[in-house]
Amino acid sequence: MEHLEYKFDGGNTQTDMLKSTVQGVVSSGNLEVLIERKKLNGKCRFIIDTAAEGFAKTWQAVLSRFMENHQPADLQFSINDYAASPDIVSLRLDQAYEALSGGKK
Amino acid sequence: MTKNRKALKQQKLSAAKQLTSGLKTVSADMIGELLGKVIASGNKVCIEGDNQKQADFLSQALLELAPDEINNLHMLISTIGLPEQLDIFDMGLASKIDLAYAGPQGFRMARMLREKQIEVGNIHTYNELYARYFMDLRPDVCLLCGVEADSDGNIYMNGSAEDSSAIVEATAFQQGIVVVQVNRIVDKVRRVDIPADWVDFVVESPRHKFHLEPLFTRDPAQITESMVLMGMMTMKGIYAKYLPRTLNHGVGFNTAAIELMLPTYGEELGLKGKALTNWVLNPHPTMIPAIEEGWVESIIPPGSELGMEKYVEANPDIFPIGADGSLRSSRLFAQLAGHYSADIFVGASLQIDALGNSSTVTSERMTGYGGAPNFGCDAGGRRHTSDAWLQAGQEYTGGGLPRGRKLVVQIVETFQQGMKETFVENLDALQLAADATFPLPPIMIYGEDVSHIVTEEGIANLLLCRTLEEREQAIRGVAGYTKVGMKRDKKVVADLRSRGIIQRPEDLGISKLRATRDMLSARNIKDLVRWSDGLYNPPSRFRNW
Repeated sequence: MEHLEYKFDGGNTQTDMLKSTVQGVVSSGNLEVLIERKKLNGKCRFIIDTAAEGFAKTWQAVLSRFMENHQPADLQFSINDYAASPDIVSLRLDQAYEALSGGKK
Repeated sequence: MTKNRKALKQQKLSAAKQLTSGLKTVSADMIGELLGKVIASGNKVCIEGDNQKQADFLSQALLELAPDEINNLHMLISTIGLPEQLDIFDMGLASKIDLAYAGPQGFRMARMLREKQIEVGNIHTYNELYARYFMDLRPDVCLLCGVEADSDGNIYMNGSAEDSSAIVEATAFQQGIVVVQVNRIVDKVRRVDIPADWVDFVVESPRHKFHLEPLFTRDPAQITESMVLMGMMTMKGIYAKYLPRTLNHGVGFNTAAIELMLPTYGEELGLKGKALTNWVLNPHPTMIPAIEEGWVESIIPPGSELGMEKYVEANPDIFPIGADGSLRSSRLFAQLAGHYSADIFVGASLQIDALGNSSTVTSERMTGYGGAPNFGCDAGGRRHTSDAWLQAGQEYTGGGLPRGRKLVVQIVETFQQGMKETFVENLDALQLAADATFPLPPIMIYGEDVSHIVTEEGIANLLLCRTLEEREQAIRGVAGYTKVGMKRDKKVVADLRSRGIIQRPEDLGISKLRATRDMLSARNIKDLVRWSDGLYNPPSRFRNW
């Protein structure tokens, strides 16, 4: 296991969040994302526990693009990764964020 | 030498007569001896070797020949499926091969090629190889595979005719010898697929069952949410836009996902009856729900599919069925249909470069082409029009002389198992050409033939790209977090997106939350059996209940 943490300057999208959300199912080759609203001075924090070691640069790329696309602020992301590929990580993050910001099922 | 084809055939038949007393039926224990009489050194020997069925008994019988008497055979095999078909090279019987595909024997082929144990003439697409059987690769002998024969030599092949009709035509009428292994010799064949006077010898295989691969069965249980998402994008961004009526799908899980989403997402998009009505396709079990829901007018299959016999026979309006009630297939005609009259081909690949060239050849494994290059290209000789073809042509030319254009779509996940990147700067195929293994880099589908690439990240419409630079950035722009994808020019990609050349799921109004397996009309093989009312009888390896 590898523990990674990233902090990004947040954007200007405030999510009017009443509840935290869990999105993504833990199973082989998959991952779990928990998004919580936190006072982080507008920043976003990602706390990652991953079974695949040595992919810090890829995480950086995936998270940067996520931040660029959605411009969120004041959110904390907890991610338990079971060696999902970057596209799955990205899909799960998008799904979790969509659920959080009221996307319809 | 070619002047003597007729005389040589007569000589061979006279020699064989001593063995067979003039009968066409040969007993299984005599087959080695018979082949020794009808095959001569240097002959071109065509053996099936098809995509699915394999003349296993005759392949094995070749090993009984004595290499000091018979050698330098030039083998013509469209699909090398059995180890015996390569053993004949190890034994010194054969020296050269022309082929289309080496799926299951691909690793061994690559090794034999490196060690120069085999000379490969060329790797072909299917129809290209059959065409050469009538030109410069005329078979001296063919070894075919059928289901039933009568003592006159009439042959019944059921739904797995595959390559047989092309091979027998090329052999029987060009003074070659036709030998057929069948499961049973019967009094009266169920249907005459090959007439007796085209056939020289038949032999009943002691196993009474030829080798047949269920190549087109995809278990819905293995379809992932990424595949569902890519399928939704393809359906909304491409199918609903161009409304192609005639099409071909590849064999992968990505297209299986689409097949399973026709009754769900396709219904929601209102595509039923307006698009996707006439198919070139093997009888995919994953098509059962769409067929049951009335999506399909016709399916012309290159071959059969194990377990689908009863279901196919129950649908004579859709599948080609003989007066006897069983399926008739033909790879030649199905490939022709896919090449000339399909508006869209949707497939996948193992490697794609930044210009859209794709290949399934890697340095360890030589698979070949099969039918994909023939399906996955714009048919330069096509002249009939359709709305989808004209719309694609308009996008492609952007004015000037009006042209039509086939839609050629590659759906790929950016990463395969083990974090292997699908998008690469340099295809392995280039290295193979550089190593002088092949005179040309073995490209499956050339970038210029591809109209769309679909990944989890979005759709790249290459028809709308006006320069090679635009095409390259459009591909990088959907290549995800691969190295090719990371090297994108963000400004250009943003511009391409604003022009609709790149479309993200959100641009298409697709919610990623809906990309779940709930979209699939069948979630496992058992669901497919249920959809078929019990007519689909999956092979045991797919039964886990």
